[in-house]
Amino acid sequence: MTRQKRSRHRLKRTVAPYLYLSPSLVIIGLLMLLPMVTVISYSFQNSAVLRRDSSFAGLKHYQAIFADPVFWASLWHTLYFTCISVIFHMTIGMIFALMLNSDRINPTLRNILRVLYILPWLFTAVIIAVIWRLLLEPNGVVNSILMQLGIIGSKIEWFSSPETALHAVTFANIWAGYPLFMVSLLAGLQGIPKDFYEAADIDGAKAYQKLIFITIPQLMPIIISISLLDFIWTMQVFPLIWITTGGGPIYSTEVLSTYTYKLAFSSYNLSQAAASAVVILLISLGLTLFYIRYQKAR
Amino acid sequence: MTFRIKPIMLKVAAVAWLLGATSAMADTTLEFTQWWEPELPAGSLRKIMDDFEAANPGIKVTLVSGPYAATRDQISVGAATGTLSDVVGLDGAWVNNLNAQNALADMNPMMDASKFDKAQVADIIKVDGKAVMFPVASFVYPVFVNLDLAAQAGVTKLPSTRAEFLEAAKKMTHADKNQYGWVLPLSMQSPSGVQNDMMSWVWASGQSMMADGKPALEGKPVVDMLTFVKSLNDAGTISPGIATKTEQEKVEEFVNDRVGMMIDSLAHVNLIRKRNPKLNFDLIPVPVVEGYTGKRGLPYASWGIGISAGSKHQEEAWKLVQYLMSEKVNAKLVSLANAFPGNVNAKPDFVTSDKAFGKAFEIFKTGYLANEFTGLPVAEDLMTQFDVEAQKMLAGEQSPEQAAANAQKGWTAKF
Repeated sequence: MTRQKRSRHRLKRTVAPYLYLSPSLVIIGLLMLLPMVTVISYSFQNSAVLRRDSSFAGLKHYQAIFADPVFWASLWHTLYFTCISVIFHMTIGMIFALMLNSDRINPTLRNILRVLYILPWLFTAVIIAVIWRLLLEPNGVVNSILMQLGIIGSKIEWFSSPETALHAVTFANIWAGYPLFMVSLLAGLQGIPKDFYEAADIDGAKAYQKLIFITIPQLMPIIISISLLDFIWTMQVFPLIWITTGGGPIYSTEVLSTYTYKLAFSSYNLSQAAASAVVILLISLGLTLFYIRYQKAR
Repeated sequence: MTFRIKPIMLKVAAVAWLLGATSAMADTTLEFTQWWEPELPAGSLRKIMDDFEAANPGIKVTLVSGPYAATRDQISVGAATGTLSDVVGLDGAWVNNLNAQNALADMNPMMDASKFDKAQVADIIKVDGKAVMFPVASFVYPVFVNLDLAAQAGVTKLPSTRAEFLEAAKKMTHADKNQYGWVLPLSMQSPSGVQNDMMSWVWASGQSMMADGKPALEGKPVVDMLTFVKSLNDAGTISPGIATKTEQEKVEEFVNDRVGMMIDSLAHVNLIRKRNPKLNFDLIPVPVVEGYTGKRGLPYASWGIGISAGSKHQEEAWKLVQYLMSEKVNAKLVSLANAFPGNVNAKPDFVTSDKAFGKAFEIFKTGYLANEFTGLPVAEDLMTQFDVEAQKMLAGEQSPEQAAANAQKGWTAKF
C-alpha cells in the first residue's frame, strides 16, 4: 500500500464516525443549538425581532429584569412551587409505590388502585387545570365539602386569593406529577432482592427499620435521578399556572415561565423576555450539569 | 401515428402553458392574513373573496387564516421581517406597535386618490396622523340583564345610572344561593376585563381615561369608576373569584342564572341562547353617572383591516379594503359575523329579524363606539398593569385613588 493510499484510508477512518453522526448533529444543531443561540443573541439586542435594525444593548435587559421586583418574586415562587412539588411528588409516590408493592393488599384491589393512582398522569396539563379550577372555585365541590364538614366557615377563593393561590396551584401540580415517582419507585422496589428482607427478618428488624436500612438505600439512585429530572421539568411548568391563575392574583403565582411569556406577548419586549429565558436556561443548565455529574459518578 | 400525435400534443401543451403563464403574469395575487375565516361560517369569507375577484378581474386573493393569537404572533413577526401580507386583519390594540415598526401603510393618500367617502365609515383609526386601520366589523358590549332574576328581586326598572345599577345588583344578590348581581372577570391570563368591564363605565358617560393623548388615570372619571366598582365589591354584589375569572366563565355564570347582570359582547347572544334556551334576558346600555344625558360611548372590539407598508400591490390592496368597507359587502360580512357594520349605511339583516340584536342596534345607533385602548402602545400590557392595581384595591390593599395613581405611574412609563 502506497503512502498516499494509506493516508487516504486513515482519513476515511477518521471521518467515517462523523459522517454517521452528521444527521443527528444537524438535527441537534437546527432544533436545539440554533434556537438557543438565537434567543441568547436577542437578549443582547435592542428591540429584538420587532425591528430589523436592532442594535447591541449589552447587559441592559439583564439589568432591567434584575431590577424588577416582579422578577425576584417570580423566582421565589418558582423555587417554592418546584421544591414543594418535588418533595410531595417523592413522598406520595413512595407511599403509593410501597402500597402497590405490598403483599398485604388484595391483588384485585391492588390492580384497581394501580389504575386509580396512575390516572393523573393520563391527563394533559389543560385538563388538569380545568379540573382543579372547577373543584376549587368558590362555589365548587371542595368548598362545599369543607363547609359541610365544618372545617371552613366561609367560601375560600383558592385561586383568586393572594394568600392561597400559590399553595393551590402547587397542590394541583403535586396531584398531577406524583405518578412518575410512583411508577419509577415501584419498578425499583420490584428489583430489590427478597433475600435482604429475609435476612432482616431473621435479625428481627422492624418494618420501619427495613424501610430505612434496605428499601430507601436501594432506591436512592432512582430517587435522586427522578428528583433532579422532576426539578428541571417542574421549574418550567407553564400551562397549569397560566390556565388556573394567569400568574395572579397580584403576581402571587407569577413564576419565571409566566413572567417571560408576559414580557414577550403582552409587553412585546422580546429582548427582555429573551434575557429572562436565558436566566431560566442557566438555572436549568446548572441542574442538568449536576444531574450528568451524578450519573457519571454512578 | 404516434410520431404525428406527439408533436401536436407538445404544441398544445406549450400553448396552454404560455396562456397560463401569461394570465398568471397578468394576475396580481393579494395575500390577506386574518383570524376571521375560522370564526365565520365555513366558506363564507372565501365566497366574498370570490365575488371580489369576479368584480376585479386580474386580482386574486389568497386567504391566510388562523386563530386570533396565532394571527397576532404571525403579524408581529411578519412586520419585523418585512414579510407582512398585503392586507392584514388588525385588532386596535396592535396598531401602535405595528405603526412604530413602520409596517402599516397610510391609507390617507389612497382615500384621497380614489375620492373615498370618509363619512360612510364608522371610524378611521389614526396613529401619528396616519390612517392605519378601518374597523370592518364591531362587536359592541352592552349590559345583559337576566329578567327573571331581576323580577324575582323586585327590580322593575332596568338600571340607567350607576346608583340604580348598584341598587339592582344589591337586590339581585343572594350569596347563600350562589346568586350575585354582577360579574367582573379580571384574570391576568387575559386582562381584557379592564377594557370591557371597567373602562366601559367611563366611556359610557362620555368620559375619557386619557387627556391630550396621555394617560389621565388620576382624573375624576377613572377614580369615580374605581370607587363605584369598589362599592359594588364592598356590597358583596360581585360574583367571587374576580382575580382569576375569565370572560368565558363570566358568560357561563350568566347562562346558569348565577349572576343578574354582566357587560358582554353582543357576539355571545347566540351562544347564550344555545347554552340556555330558557334564559330570559334583555340588553341595556352601560349605565351612566348621575345627571349625564349626552351620547353614550359604547365599548367595542373590532375586526380591523389595514394595508402593509411593504406591499407591492397597495393599489389592489386598497381595492379590497374599499370592497369590504362598501355598504352591501360590509352588511353581508357583519350579518355573517353577528357584528355591527364598519360602514354606517350598512344594515345587517339580523337587526330586523332578531329582537335582541334589534335592541342592541338601537343602542349602537344612539351612542358612539368607544375604545380608548385602540392605538395605544402595548395595550395589553397597560390593561395588565391596571388589572393588578384594581385587584389590589378589591383586596383592600389600597384605595381607588392609590390604585389610579399607581396605574398612572406604570402607564406613563410606557408612553
